[in-house]
Amino acid sequence: MRLFSPSWWSAYLCALWLLTSSVAHALTAEQALTLARGDSDERIATINAIAAKPDERGAALLSALGEGRVRVQGEQVLVMINDVASDALTGTALTLGDSAEEVIVNNRIRSALATALAGIELVGGTPERQRAAALTLQRTSFDEPDADQLPVIERALAADLVADARQNLELAQSAVLLASEDAAQRLAAAQKLGEARKAIVRPLLLQRMESESDADVKSALKSALADLDRSLTISSALGQAFTGISLGSILLLAALGLAITYGLMGVINMAHGELIMIGAYATWLVQSFFREALPGLFDWYLLAALPVAFLASAAVGALMERSVIRYLYGRPLETLLATWGISLLLMQMVRSLFGAQNVGVENPVWMSGSVVLMGNLTLPWNRIFIIVFAALVLGGVALLIARTRLGLFVRGVTQNRPIAACMGVNTARIDTYAFALGSGVAGLAGCALSQIGNVGPDLGQNYIVDSFMVVVLGGVGQLAGTVYAALGLGLLNKFIEGQAGAVLAKIAVLVFIIVFIQKRPQGIFALKGREA
Amino acid sequence: MNTKSAVSLPVSGPLLTRGGWSSFIVALLVVCALAPALNLLVPETSPFHLSGYMVGLLGKIMCYAIAALAIDLIWGYTGILSLGHGLFFALGGYMMGMYLMRQIGLDGNYKSELPDFMVFLDWKELPWHWALSDSFIATLFLIVLVPGGVAFVFGYFAFRSRIKGVYFSIITQALTFAALLLFFRNETGFGGNNGFTDFKRILDLPIATPGMRMALFVITGLTLLGFFLWARWLVNSKFGRVLQAIRDAESRVMFCGYNPLPYKLTIWTISAVMCGVAGALYVPQVGIINPSEMSPAASIEMAIWAAVGGRATLIGPIIGAFIVNGAKSWLTVAFPEVWLYFLGGLFIVVTLFLPQGVVGLVKKLRGKGTQP
Repeated sequence: MRLFSPSWWSAYLCALWLLTSSVAHALTAEQALTLARGDSDERIATINAIAAKPDERGAALLSALGEGRVRVQGEQVLVMINDVASDALTGTALTLGDSAEEVIVNNRIRSALATALAGIELVGGTPERQRAAALTLQRTSFDEPDADQLPVIERALAADLVADARQNLELAQSAVLLASEDAAQRLAAAQKLGEARKAIVRPLLLQRMESESDADVKSALKSALADLDRSLTISSALGQAFTGISLGSILLLAALGLAITYGLMGVINMAHGELIMIGAYATWLVQSFFREALPGLFDWYLLAALPVAFLASAAVGALMERSVIRYLYGRPLETLLATWGISLLLMQMVRSLFGAQNVGVENPVWMSGSVVLMGNLTLPWNRIFIIVFAALVLGGVALLIARTRLGLFVRGVTQNRPIAACMGVNTARIDTYAFALGSGVAGLAGCALSQIGNVGPDLGQNYIVDSFMVVVLGGVGQLAGTVYAALGLGLLNKFIEGQAGAVLAKIAVLVFIIVFIQKRPQGIFALKGREA
Repeated sequence: MNTKSAVSLPVSGPLLTRGGWSSFIVALLVVCALAPALNLLVPETSPFHLSGYMVGLLGKIMCYAIAALAIDLIWGYTGILSLGHGLFFALGGYMMGMYLMRQIGLDGNYKSELPDFMVFLDWKELPWHWALSDSFIATLFLIVLVPGGVAFVFGYFAFRSRIKGVYFSIITQALTFAALLLFFRNETGFGGNNGFTDFKRILDLPIATPGMRMALFVITGLTLLGFFLWARWLVNSKFGRVLQAIRDAESRVMFCGYNPLPYKLTIWTISAVMCGVAGALYVPQVGIINPSEMSPAASIEMAIWAAVGGRATLIGPIIGAFIVNGAKSWLTVAFPEVWLYFLGGLFIVVTLFLPQGVVGLVKKLRGKGTQP
């Protein structure tokens, strides 16, 4: 062995320096070598030891090990940084000899490394890093709880942490302690895990239940499991209700415009879906414009897209009404066919202009992500925003119809066209305005739908049958019926979907509507007497 | 106005006028003699040869023409617009398709008694609704009974609760949409979204020969002509007159003491059966049936065939089916971009400017031509 080769010199110097400098530098040559050459158990023990009292070199070595950047030549452990080798202990640059071998890590060691690195990052990291690291720690300790992880976790717990990271970490600690020798610790851990009410805890509790001997701990486990199951049932029911309301709000948005054009004006607009599609494409255009011209304001492009989508669809709607539909008033079947023709034209036009492929609409940052309730109920932000948005649009339309002059005229023309005309209402113009309003609301729906689904030329086709069902079921002539029908169909659909799958749910709902219409052809809310 | 004419029933006209009969016989000759001769006897190099592609195309369009005729009976003569006739067309097609699948026998990719898709799904025996698919006679009955039965049940409930107009159209659209979703599922036992294809034989004879293609063409043509005569007889009969009265003033018909339900239900079921037969003739000629035939768009296209040709005339829908589908098979090959513009424009132009369709336009032009 070349005892006095330059590399050995540096190792000696390093050892000397280690002895003389502060004790916080825990990484020793021996540890480094064990990491590189030891068997799996030794290596994992070393990883945990380093992570329990980490220093800069130790952390660097561990992360290098995880990324396959560690080489060993002779007794020397090297860390590669951008193809330059440096000594693991001192960080001094070294040349890489021919005898250098890459240090291979297996899956077990990789997961131990992930835990250890997460533990190291937890202390003093940014809040996001802390959260991510706490989750990593939690995952490994739930997958394979091991007493060796305790020092890492406890060290992190002693430090300054953000609240939810601490919570996750405490869960991880309890998961490890659940296998502890000490019955009191197991009891505390079981109680702690029971309070967490998270689905991931369940297998761990069940597993412990089988091997548990202590009566107290066993009863604690039992009650923890019972609590957990109860809260899981509640949250899954709530989750179903949420997706049902979410679907209902989407149906409501899609059908609201139709409730104006069909419900109030009696115009069957088969191109309604395409007006939604135009709103979605308008959103996409605004998004592309913001990306090119105003990247700084990209997160707020939706605010600009809303009026653009409304106006784009309203303009197309007004054009449709002026050029085709007004000649067909009083001939609903002809209107149906003509507007179907318009829908084909609009679809093909969009295809020619923007291509047949779907275009990508990105969520702004404030709409992505989700909020977690009760441990395991995840509510995506974009769904929540759409529910709120649907409520706002509904309120806006209701106010417009009930409180404004335009709304008064629309209601007047709907109820009695000749008398309204006698009173000096320009009924033809009101028709155009009302149709444009309904179309514009469809555009708003398109803007919202672009945030949760694909935007392509066929977008509208998916909503046309559904939105007609909503309007027909709700009853013609008022908004309240549309609201109840949309939410009811949404909830019913999601409820059956939970039992029988998505396609059967859809079929069941359609059959339900067909049967319901037999019983009540006028929908849920029929106008009575002379109003009708 | 004398009192006698007020009570006398209108004399029902002849089934066809003399000119009508001669055109009918010409059509019969073209289908049964001229087309087979041009296709099978005239050598391929001759300019008068009718190519196999054209035979297939014309056969297909004649199926569409039967469907358009069916739509015309219910829409043109009774005033009920169905947006769900694609369902009946597809049901007839599926019944025929099941028989053709069984005829493949052991020649499928998996060399199994079962149709390929069932082997693929790891099914061990035929599902119950395939029980009769082995027999051609039973298949013929099913082609009539299944679309007719579905239409009868649906129509009974719909007409009994007096669903009319646009409501009825939208509900039929929902019906065919629900069926589309159902047939897309593999569990339904109709081959999922691939449907049935790769047919080999019909009545134990190979299906892809020029002779068989011609035979199917002739059968389709005869069916079309037969249905045309039947429809003519129906609309000229007292039954047909009541239907037209229902179309024009349903309340008045009721006040006159008629119950519209059996009239509507009968013509609705007849129309569905016609459409089912069209589908059954369509499948062996085209060689595939899949759920896309049930899409709402397919059904609404059928309505436009009738509208283009001219509603409430029986020849109109047949002409319309030939015009629209001829244009489709030409445009989708020559200018695929243009086809949807053309179709969309057709919907608008016909509803705005040609409420009587092409036949109405011709009549108008003739009337103008002779007057001055």
